[in-house]
Amino acid sequence: MKILRVIAWIALVAFIVIQFFPTEKNTNYTTPKTDFMVVNNVPSKIENQLKVSCYDCHSNNTEYPCYNKIQPVAWYLKDHVKEGKAELNFNEWGNYSDRRKNSKLRSIIKQIENGEMPMDSYTLMHRDAMLSKYDKNNVIAYITRLKDSL
Amino acid sequence: MKILKTTLGIVAIAFITLTIVSCKDGKKEQNNADGNHSEMNHDNSDGHHDGEKKAISMSENGSGNTQDVLDDYFSLKDALVADDNAKGTELGATLAKSFGNLDISKYTDTQIADLKDIIEDAVEHAEHISESDIAHQREHFKILSKDVTDMVAITGTEITLYEQFCPMYDGGSSWLSMDKEVRNPYYGSQMLKCGKVQREIN
Repeated sequence: MKILRVIAWIALVAFIVIQFFPTEKNTNYTTPKTDFMVVNNVPSKIENQLKVSCYDCHSNNTEYPCYNKIQPVAWYLKDHVKEGKAELNFNEWGNYSDRRKNSKLRSIIKQIENGEMPMDSYTLMHRDAMLSKYDKNNVIAYITRLKDSL
Repeated sequence: MKILKTTLGIVAIAFITLTIVSCKDGKKEQNNADGNHSEMNHDNSDGHHDGEKKAISMSENGSGNTQDVLDDYFSLKDALVADDNAKGTELGATLAKSFGNLDISKYTDTQIADLKDIIEDAVEHAEHISESDIAHQREHFKILSKDVTDMVAITGTEITLYEQFCPMYDGGSSWLSMDKEVRNPYYGSQMLKCGKVQREIN
């Protein structure tokens, strides 16, 4: 019993201590010329959809939830955003070669089709990011058109 | 027991309090956010730098030749033919490395630009193959095959290659092989011999 008490105290202290380690945020309110929306002149409906469902992890500007103030949540989110941006950064779209654009668009279509993206752990907290069947069809149709026009 | 409960209770309350406090702060900060543009611009070019670093290390280590890439590509293809996910994982990583080591300095400027695009894309797909289940590995293998084919179109090859084609997989997909005989990497044992030789490359 005593051991459990010690562990609980250590956990509490550790929890408080890690609050003092801040993480750098992924925030930038300017839209670069290389942004997906700028380069492709995306219709506003699709633009909205992608910004709500994808941009938090796949751009240089994350709209953080309030609980990002707490560690280790902030660390966890930071890793996700970093990984997401490495995979696909909509802000950097204009810098990708046509070959890579083609690959990325293909992956976007596949992942949305299979429901892999947006991730469940993300839509759990961001209900508005969820894509209905209708939304999916619209986005996929648009991305397919874009891919064919490359 | 009672003390333990109290302690756990304190931990829980601390957590909840912090959450609430942080959410309040968040709202306040949002109100201020508009006036604070310049302060928040640090992290805008992260992805950029990564890309540059990769490109540099690529040209520095460049010592491999296209045959290394082809060898690793064929080993990977054979793993997929054999439905061997674990081996595919391993060979995906190997192929990513041999692509990264490819020496392209002897080609013309336009060829180098094209090869760089190909390598960048191929490395990404090979890396994905190194961390996916077999269905995903096959999806990435399809685009990877196009990258390798385009590479060979520029670099040429010492050995004869056969471009083979399976009309069933994902609206029709091709791949390269050293053997004329068809062994399908997209279906493996499920449809081992589905496909035909489309073109001979030498």
